[in-house]
Amino acid sequence: MTLAHFLAVNPPYWVETLTKIGIGLVAVLLPTGALVYLFLFKMMSFMQSRLGPMEAGPYGQLQLLAEFGKFLQKEDIFPSKADRFVFAAAPFVVLVSTFMLVLVLPAGPDTHFIDLNTGIYFAMAVSSISVIGILMAGWGSASKYSLLGGIRAAGQLIAYELPLVLSVVGVVIMAGTLNMKGIVAAQADFGVWFIIPQFLGFLIFLVAIQAELTQPPFDMPVAESELVTGYLTEYSGIRFLLFFIGEFATAAVFSAIGATLFLGGWTIPFVDANAEIMDYIGPLVLAGKMILIAFLIFWFRITYPRFREDQLQRLAWKFLIPLSLFNIVVTAIFKVVF
Amino acid sequence: MPQLPGMLVGLGVTAKTFFKTVFPDGPTKPPAPSKGAHTVQYPHEKEAPPARARGVIALHHDNCTACMLCARECPDWCIYIEGHKELAPPRRAGGKPRQKNKLDRFDIDFALCMYCGICVDVCPFDALFWSPEFEFSEMKIADMLHDKGRLADWMHTVPEYPAYEAGAEVKIKKLPSPSS
Ligand code: SF4
Ligand code: SF4
Repeated sequence: MTLAHFLAVNPPYWVETLTKIGIGLVAVLLPTGALVYLFLFKMMSFMQSRLGPMEAGPYGQLQLLAEFGKFLQKEDIFPSKADRFVFAAAPFVVLVSTFMLVLVLPAGPDTHFIDLNTGIYFAMAVSSISVIGILMAGWGSASKYSLLGGIRAAGQLIAYELPLVLSVVGVVIMAGTLNMKGIVAAQADFGVWFIIPQFLGFLIFLVAIQAELTQPPFDMPVAESELVTGYLTEYSGIRFLLFFIGEFATAAVFSAIGATLFLGGWTIPFVDANAEIMDYIGPLVLAGKMILIAFLIFWFRITYPRFREDQLQRLAWKFLIPLSLFNIVVTAIFKVVF
Repeated sequence: MPQLPGMLVGLGVTAKTFFKTVFPDGPTKPPAPSKGAHTVQYPHEKEAPPARARGVIALHHDNCTACMLCARECPDWCIYIEGHKELAPPRRAGGKPRQKNKLDRFDIDFALCMYCGICVDVCPFDALFWSPEFEFSEMKIADMLHDKGRLADWMHTVPEYPAYEAGAEVKIKKLPSPSS
């Protein structure tokens, strides 16, 4: 999204970069806060027949600010044997991976940060950087719980990266492009959103991002009954908060990616996808679709108990990966035949 | 995939709870989660604990003989009793004056108490009672030590014993009235 596009001036490079950073921060933090409040605070409470936060602001809407203030005040504790640099840097690695994901998300015909020809490929590649951050956290903490949690997370994320990528391949075959905007345009041309022809792929994608986000029922890396909180055990204060933001921001971004791939991104049926107005309502439409997918993620999170480690690996390698390969083959055959 | 139907039922359970909480009066009425939720918003409305709940211990000190049984059985040693002997007027005219234990001090330190109820069970003279009252937190931990007067004040919050079930042995215990 260029500033010139909105202001009809051509700002210097640094102004444009700063503006982009600011918009990027808002674009990540606002949906994240919305998801945490809507789903983690409120929907989860209602599904457990309680009210959730009610005191801070009307219906607890300011609770997030209160939590933020609380984490800021806390001491930033380093374990005495920790590898200090690795320990300190880990949350930022996770966060950077999230912020880089947003870069390729289009929210309108001209509303985007960068228009990469290999957008979805870039997103899948960048999303796996977070594994490194989690491994760094597990290793740097010098604690057996953290190490076990980090290794579990690495095993899980690698196992579920495959079905995730393979389920995306189905969409890519149908769209004939790796460009995120191209995929959105292909859905507009195709007539229906890819969730209909790629329903199997959508299901695999949902399960895989659930595991990628280490949300229950796939939260073995932080299994509190076995590992305290896994790789987060030794973190406190602001660094814990960064991990927390990273977790839910990634949930928001992955939901948005899912909305782009399967629910037609910023487009609305029967409205010209390239109309000028879509630059302004496109982000809202995308946010609405993102909340729809996030709703599914959090609904599963709230409903299901945790898998066992071996069940999780079996599900990925023996079931999801063959299924997604089958999905690719069927999609390819249809693409060639019709 | 034999687990699949069960997983769908699970989703149904959470969804049903959600709608029951948000729309307690049915989907046509406006949402009222504070009515649908099972929880009580404590500082705003007070929860009504069951009559036999273990909130705080009340002392009916006219019944207490300073026999020290409760203090000795208390696992935390958080009951402090002091007393002295007194001469009471004889029962019958011309009789010998009776000896009576007079209670000087009876404190329970609720900062130590673990609410096991052994003292209430063990008292042979019906001097200790459970009250469901639970609002007695303090800013200073030393104030959690309730003395004789404060423990006696809890007596009026002790509920009457509930009636036994039909067909049970009819031997209903009566609370001692403050005047007796
Ligand atoms: S209820 Fe409290 S005071 Fe009574 S015996 Fe148990 S610990 Fe001691
Ligand atoms: S056991 Fe009962 S009678 Fe004896 S000292 Fe304790 S409260 Fe008093």
